[in-house]
Amino acid sequence: MENPLVITSSPHLHCGMSTKGIMLDVLIALSPAAVASVLLFGWRAAAVIIVSVASCVTSEYLSRIVLKRPQSVGDLSAVVTGVLLAFNLPVSIPLWQAAIGGVVAIVVVKQKFGGLGFNFVNPALVGRIVMMSSFPKEMDNWVLPLLGSAADAKTGATPLYTLSQGAETTYNLKDLFLGIRPGCLGETCVLALLLGGIYLVIRRVISPTIPLVYIGTVFIMTWLLGSDPVVHILSGGLMLVAIFMATDYTTSPINTAGRVVFAVGCGLLTVLIRRFGSLPEGVSFSVVIMNILVPLIERATRPLPFGEKRRLKHE
Amino acid sequence: MDIKYREAFTKGIIKENPTLRLVLGTCPTLAITTAAINGLGMGAAATFVLVCSNIVISLMRKMIPDKVRLPAFIVIIAGFTTIVQMIVKAYTPSIDKALGIYLPLIVVNCIILGRAEAYASKNSVGLSALDGLGMGAGFTAALILMGGIREFLGKGTIFNWPDGGLIPPITIFVLPAGGFFVFGILIWLTNRLSVKLDDDASRREASANVCAACPSAALCHQGTENSIAGLADAAITEKEADTNE
Repeated sequence: MENPLVITSSPHLHCGMSTKGIMLDVLIALSPAAVASVLLFGWRAAAVIIVSVASCVTSEYLSRIVLKRPQSVGDLSAVVTGVLLAFNLPVSIPLWQAAIGGVVAIVVVKQKFGGLGFNFVNPALVGRIVMMSSFPKEMDNWVLPLLGSAADAKTGATPLYTLSQGAETTYNLKDLFLGIRPGCLGETCVLALLLGGIYLVIRRVISPTIPLVYIGTVFIMTWLLGSDPVVHILSGGLMLVAIFMATDYTTSPINTAGRVVFAVGCGLLTVLIRRFGSLPEGVSFSVVIMNILVPLIERATRPLPFGEKRRLKHE
Repeated sequence: MDIKYREAFTKGIIKENPTLRLVLGTCPTLAITTAAINGLGMGAAATFVLVCSNIVISLMRKMIPDKVRLPAFIVIIAGFTTIVQMIVKAYTPSIDKALGIYLPLIVVNCIILGRAEAYASKNSVGLSALDGLGMGAGFTAALILMGGIREFLGKGTIFNWPDGGLIPPITIFVLPAGGFFVFGILIWLTNRLSVKLDDDASRREASANVCAACPSAALCHQGTENSIAGLADAAITEKEADTNE
């Protein structure tokens, strides 16, 4: 996939970015959260990540062969999908179920629509949603982190679940920031996720628009609705999804105006689901719904060519 | 003549499979295929109505005025649907319960009205009966296949056996979303199969025709089946290569 289409006349400068390079940067950015997940939840976290990645890479490799398309497993995008999927699973998930999630994400969502760049929704998020409807019991089994609690593998309610029941959360802000709370593998340690996000912004892999607007919208909306906004933005999968998944190139708008609309929509839906829906957390559904709306957002925010007058509505 | 009758029956099974190729009757297909036994019940009921209504409509095709043909067809179909509904209620109440509203809704099943309009109103009684039987068989086979896949993956059982299930259930397959997944994948596979069958048939035909029409067929020694088929193969791979680009 090293850019087969090159049409050129003048000497052009190539910025040197390649799909593989970008994916490598994303993996580097994800590594602090991966380390944190192993520290917090033990070695089983590493096993879940490895199984999920292996399943995604194998699915990618085999489906390219079956579909008779050029092999694309080398661009590392399947590895990123695998890591992101694992980050969205609880540590106690049976490993074969994690593998099925990887197959769904790659085969059904990505390769059947044409591979990298053609998937209309985020593969890892749909993998998670399919697993939530397929294995409701296993996907709702939250374990307290090993750090900060004496007994190991104790189950506990997630902060958002407590909030959705109308009770005050018992976790203090420092624990929430460091990730010492029950939750999915990669979503708990906000510190590690922020480090990764800053790395991506510095490397110019992502623009900070979507994460900032998304998290900001959730902050303002929860504040207006009378909840504790700081607890809300530090809980659930918001940081992980806003930084690493809502910013996926294929499924987010290309210009800043579109990105703002997209991110505000994600934020509004997240708060609405958290506050009024039957599920305690709604980031995956909100991002997938906004993914589907991206073509419409793009059409509405198409920039005007320089010098052209805005057309009158009557025409 | 013989081939015509065979064709009337067999085309409904793969080539013009009502659910998977013509994509008719998707509403009952998606709704009731949570178990293989439901697919069997629904398929059998629809086949009965299809065969009977095809026969009666074919018998009456010269009497029914063109302008009111749809109401006339529906009245006939509704009559047979009522019969089948009463039979199912009386003899297999469990299937009646599982199929629910979809049993009386056979009346508006697109497959039945579609065959009446497209086939039975234009063809003889014998052909129409065979057409109904073939279409019904295709519908039933598709429903059992889809119900079987969804039941096995979603509940771990095959025709409700064994009680505990053979594999741990993946609940999404018995939910509507899983129905769409399985339906889509089956349509894809049937299309591939059907295109392949068509290709093989037309290739054979083409190679036979090319030589028959050629004035120098008698002089030509290369007109063997193999070489022509090889040429056709080469042309097709070339076409595929073009579209891939």
